[in-house]
Parts: sequence; C-alpha cells; structure tokens
Amino acid sequence: MERIPILRMGPFLLITIQVDMHDKLAMQLQDDVTQRISDWGSAGVLIDISSLEIVDSFIGRMLANIAAMSRVLGAETVVVGMQPAVAITLVELGMSLPGVRTALNVESGMELLYRSLGTSLGVAHDRSEA
Amino acid sequence: MSKLGEIISQNEEHIRSEWMKHMAASVQRSDLMSNVELQEQSRALLKAILHGVSSSQPDDFSGPGWSTAREQLQDISASRARQGFSPSDTATFVLSLKQPIFSTIRRELSGNQNEMFDTIWSCTVLLDKLALITAETYIATREEIISRQQQELMELSTPVVKLWDGILALPIIGTLDSARTQVVMEELLQTVVATNSKFAIVDITGVPTVDTLVAQHLLKTITAARLMGAECIISGVRPQIAQTIVHLGINLEDVITKAKLADAFALALHKSGRTVVRTSSAPNVNAAVIPAVQKEG
Repeated sequence: MERIPILRMGPFLLITIQVDMHDKLAMQLQDDVTQRISDWGSAGVLIDISSLEIVDSFIGRMLANIAAMSRVLGAETVVVGMQPAVAITLVELGMSLPGVRTALNVESGMELLYRSLGTSLGVAHDRSEA
Repeated sequence: MSKLGEIISQNEEHIRSEWMKHMAASVQRSDLMSNVELQEQSRALLKAILHGVSSSQPDDFSGPGWSTAREQLQDISASRARQGFSPSDTATFVLSLKQPIFSTIRRELSGNQNEMFDTIWSCTVLLDKLALITAETYIATREEIISRQQQELMELSTPVVKLWDGILALPIIGTLDSARTQVVMEELLQTVVATNSKFAIVDITGVPTVDTLVAQHLLKTITAARLMGAECIISGVRPQIAQTIVHLGINLEDVITKAKLADAFALALHKSGRTVVRTSSAPNVNAAVIPAVQKEG
C-alpha cells in the first residue's frame, strides 16, 4: 500500500508530502505519525508541503489533527513551505489552523523546532541563539 | 458637385470668419486653447468638409470621400476631451457652423425657395452627423482615460516593498474591498515566497475607515501569510481607528498591532535578532549617517 515516508532526524520527524493527498493516504499518515512519535519518542514533527498544490478542507483538517495529536503525545508540529495558492484556499475555506506552527522552509522550520526544544527542555542549545 | 458644395467653396473665407465670430461669442475657451490653434482647426475642418461635399454625396457619410473629414473631427474631439472641454463645448464647435452656412445659403438662393430648403436640409443632416461623431469620439476618449486611470490605480495600490533582509512592508492606500484584498493577498504571498521573508508589516495609514468587513479582509491576509510561515504586524493604526475597532468588537488580539510603521519595523528587527546602533553622532544634518544595523552574535 502507498504511504508517505516518515524520516527520523534526531529528535524530530520529517515528513515530505510530494504526492497529491487523497483521503485514505491522509488517514494512513495520521496513524503512522502517531505511531512513530510514540515509538521513537520524538519531540517534534516537521511537515513539508511545498510540493502540495491542491488542498481541500479534509487535508486542512488532517494537518490540524496531526498537530493536535502530536501535542497530546508531547511533540511540536511545524508545517513548512505552504504555497501562496494553498494558503489563500485554506483561508477562504475558513481554516486558519490555529494550533499549527508554520515556517517558510525546512531550514527555518528546523530552527523553530530546535528553539522550542531548547526552551522546553531548559537546555541552552547552540542553534537556539541564531 | 452639389449646390451645397458650390456655395461653400465660393464663400469659404466668409463662412469661416463668420464661424470664428460665432464661436468667439459662444463657446471659445481661451483658457484652454489659443485663438491661432482654433483658426487652424476650423480652416482644416472646413477644407475637409468641402472635399467631402464636392467628392461625394452628403448623405453618403461613411464613404471614402468623407474619410478626411471624419479623421479630422476625431482628432479634434479626442484632443478636446483630453484638454478638458465639456461635451457641449466640443459639439457646439461643429454645430456653430450651421448659422454662417445657412445665412450664406439664404443669401445665395433667395430667389428659389425649393432649392434653398433642399440645400439647407442636406446641410443640417451633414452637420448633425459631424456633431454626432464629435460626441462619440469625445466619450470614447474619456472612457479610455478612465480605464487607463483605473488600471494605474490598481497597479499603484499594491506595492510590496522590502525594508530589510527578511522584512517586507505593504502600505495599503485606499479602502480594502474584496477585489483588492485578493490582489493584495496574492502580491504579498508571492513576495514572501520570492524574498524568503519572515516578517510582513501591513501599514494601514492610508486606509480611511476600518469597518468589520475591512478588518475581516485584513485578518484573511494575515492568516494566509501566517500559514506560509511569515509573521504579520499591522501598523499605522490611527487613534480614531483604534476606537472604531474596539467599539465594533473586532478581535485583533492574535495580531500584533503598532501605531507607527517605525515601531513595527523596530519590532521586526528585534524579532529577527537585529538591533539598530548609532556608530557615531551625525556630523551635520546634510550628511546624516544611516545608523548601522548589526546582527547580534
């Protein structure tokens, strides 16, 4: 069965969505992410949607759900690289994804995750000063 | 050649001077156009009309014989529309030709009632057609001007400027309606992607009123920018607008708002880990040193 790969990068999970999301794939992703967080004890999830060009309300809700579920499991979620057209569509659909943190690209998303890790664990991480 | 053509060609100078006199009494706008220019135009137009009358029938107005007169008239009306003449001024320019021609016809054909009436009739039909052309051209030129101005306004109204590396400013001038919000939003988001900017300052100093609809449009733009990972700051909130926002119960609590663009810029610099430092006191007013901006280590 087709699924979206979830990569482990140190304390974080990196998910790059490169195919058009359909509902089944989205449900599968939700299952996988929650499973991985609990398996590996990840502290953050980074979802790169820069290749995603079409969204609907279901995908929007899925992103919000993953963020909410991850938070329950103790992990921050950052969505990065949203296309302008996608952002406009989500706003027009009335989905502002209030619980989801966002960043422009993977690099700044990672920075954001490292910073939140540094503060929440009370560790002075060297990248948190950048 | 018709009788009308003969009469006009024989009395050309007389008709023209009468025409000029008539215009001077009624419609001449010396503030918009010099007398020499007006003489020039009337001479050229009368020549073109004469050419039309002598080469083809007055009622065959769309034919090739009249093309010179048509073009002349279109040029004159278009230039008058641009110069700011009123529509009636422009039409009267042609219509005031009636009286001198009619009186000439009357003098020339006083013995022959029937022929006089026929000639006057064909002349009035001709001049009415010419007047209609002026009106049409006038309106077309005005419409062209209006649509060009609209276009310019639309282009002017949505500049996205880069203030610093990673900091954009979007000064909004004029009321925000749905169509403009769409343009503004697209422009901002494209620029955020293109310049990789983390901060966008939306300056509403030029927005005359903020009601619930405008606020909703602003929030949409800000939410879209946030979804892409850029943080928005609203600046230029005037005291009256701050009062209106609170009275209307608009919720701007999730958005950072500042009174001045400078405050918003300072905040954006601070949030991106920069600080403004004065390197030395400015030597004099004319050669003010731009304070250096450094990234904190």
